[in-house]
Amino acid sequence: MKTATKSLFSFLASAALLAAGTALAQGAPAPAPAEPPLNLHAIAMFVIFVAITLGITYWAAMRTKTATDFYAAGRGITGLQNGLAIAGDYMSAASFLGIAALVYMNGFYGLIYSVGWLVGWPIILFLIAERLRNLGKFTYADVASFRLQQGPVRTMAAIGSLIVVIWYLIGQAVGAGQLLHTLVPQISYQISIVIVGALIIIYVTFGGMKATTWVQIIKAGLLLGGATLMAIGVMVHEGFSFEKLFADAVADHPKHLQIMQSVVPIGAKANPIESISLGLTLMFGTAGLPHILMRFFTVTDAKAARKSVLYGTCFIGYFYILTFIIGFGAIVLVANNPEYVADLSKSVLALKGGGSMPAVYLSHALGGDFFLGFIAAVAFATILAVVSGLTLAGASALSHDIYASVIKKGKSTEAEEVRVSKLCVVALGIIAILLGIAFEKQNVAYIVALTFSIAACANFPILVLSVFWRGLTTRGAVVGGYVGIFGSIGLLIIGPTVWTKVMGMGPAIFPYDFPTFFVLPAVLIVSYVVSVTDRSASGQNEREAFEAQEIRSETGLGAEMAVAH
Amino acid sequence: MAKLSASRILNNPAYRQLIKKRDTLAWTLTACVLVLYFGFVLMVAFAPEILTHPISDTSVIPVGMLVGVGVILGSIVLTGVYVQQANNRFDPMIEEIMRDASK
Repeated sequence: MKTATKSLFSFLASAALLAAGTALAQGAPAPAPAEPPLNLHAIAMFVIFVAITLGITYWAAMRTKTATDFYAAGRGITGLQNGLAIAGDYMSAASFLGIAALVYMNGFYGLIYSVGWLVGWPIILFLIAERLRNLGKFTYADVASFRLQQGPVRTMAAIGSLIVVIWYLIGQAVGAGQLLHTLVPQISYQISIVIVGALIIIYVTFGGMKATTWVQIIKAGLLLGGATLMAIGVMVHEGFSFEKLFADAVADHPKHLQIMQSVVPIGAKANPIESISLGLTLMFGTAGLPHILMRFFTVTDAKAARKSVLYGTCFIGYFYILTFIIGFGAIVLVANNPEYVADLSKSVLALKGGGSMPAVYLSHALGGDFFLGFIAAVAFATILAVVSGLTLAGASALSHDIYASVIKKGKSTEAEEVRVSKLCVVALGIIAILLGIAFEKQNVAYIVALTFSIAACANFPILVLSVFWRGLTTRGAVVGGYVGIFGSIGLLIIGPTVWTKVMGMGPAIFPYDFPTFFVLPAVLIVSYVVSVTDRSASGQNEREAFEAQEIRSETGLGAEMAVAH
Repeated sequence: MAKLSASRILNNPAYRQLIKKRDTLAWTLTACVLVLYFGFVLMVAFAPEILTHPISDTSVIPVGMLVGVGVILGSIVLTGVYVQQANNRFDPMIEEIMRDASK
């Protein structure tokens, strides 16, 4: 059966290559044996997904008229829809392929990471989700600057947002280029990134938040469905026994029982401060990502915001448990398999196509080319959904915070603001393409640390202080925010990943990869001291404005209304 | 109009009650998640042998795997507790305060 499928597949593949009439086919009628087969299933499913999402974009474009439609989907998204969109926005290809790969290499250690990526969600719910919805309009800077001076606070918040968005975009673009190029070698790395960039620009400029939300919802459905099928496939193979799955993995993995007994990456030294700093970064970084915070402006009211976090947390937690099963399944079914392993004589783990492939090959081991094509298309959809959300968040920081509030001081019309926003989407899309191509051969391992550290040390604490602490003044927020942004960047540059591995400058000056353990307390102390010592009249007014802010924050009185269409 | 109702809300003792109760719940649950998660992280940092110990003599499954999945499920349960409390306790309180303010 399998051989029949395979020969049919290779027949189709060579037929397609000939029919394509490319220079390659014309110049060499018989494709060189080294040429990998065209992954038709994957391409067909990419095309179907792109067609559906473009249809949705057209539908959304017809219904996107005002700034509220463009930035916040008319505030008409329900709790369940937003819960799925949150999951779609947050579960990146890095967490799908990356955590599965981390488990594949290190076993149990991968779970420690997954847990860290989930625990930010309850914090978002308890402290900020409803208050964001009640206080904000389009960006989290609306909330941070609610009773403070618009210019300085929004500038600081927008800088924090943009650094996070642009670096996150680079990480996603590099991942997209590598993934597409590995799965469909006929598409070059550069073309893959251009395709992703062009699709994003179309989705977001025409369809705004409505199209972005629905792309994220569909992607979440596909990803949860695909991962569920893979986990079921693994459990069927293991007779529905976790005990057997883990015992088989221990037997098959070259490090054997170590994969159950290492709480750090296998071979690394345990480092308590680094573990705690990583924990802080993942937890509070999640709660400070601008594209995630933006999702709370799309729902009808605070109650829907609250529900959406519960749904989102359930989906994301379920998904991380699945990736854990998938990673162990890959140890059993993918490692040691000559079809997937690059060179069995060197390593039984190292795979063709690089480190992020275990989940992709597991889909092939479970369901052949068809399932591989499906999972590849899901991974592609995942990147598009995350990049759309990021691009819109970056564009809104530029247009709503910098252009409309700081440069035009609130005197521009909504139509002008949306026009600027669309230009920013195009600009960010092009920046993502160029940087993605420029960073192809770069070591981008520090990107997660960089983006999550700034989110955890600047965006999150300033947001929480402005909502909960009467005493915060503009000076305290701005000085504290910049300490968070530049403190994180500075310590990352002199830390082991950038200083030693990327720049090759020798032993690192700052010995930890994650600076949050030091920077977050510094931000809180600086914001406190600067606010308390602020004796200015404006500072006093800002403290007095707290009560009015609190009424709106706690009851929703005066909050932005949903628009009916 | 908005200003008038705002001052009525401010002078309504039920509003202070609401904030006090809801903030207490929110920060208590936040503390629970922090204890749950950083309990796990501190065990990773300082007492990994507790986590890496197998759950039984015949099993390869380490205790930490159950703890990790437990932290994920615990987070979801605490999230559910908050939503349940907000829907059933705080939303009616807010409705009451708003009715009072618009009288």
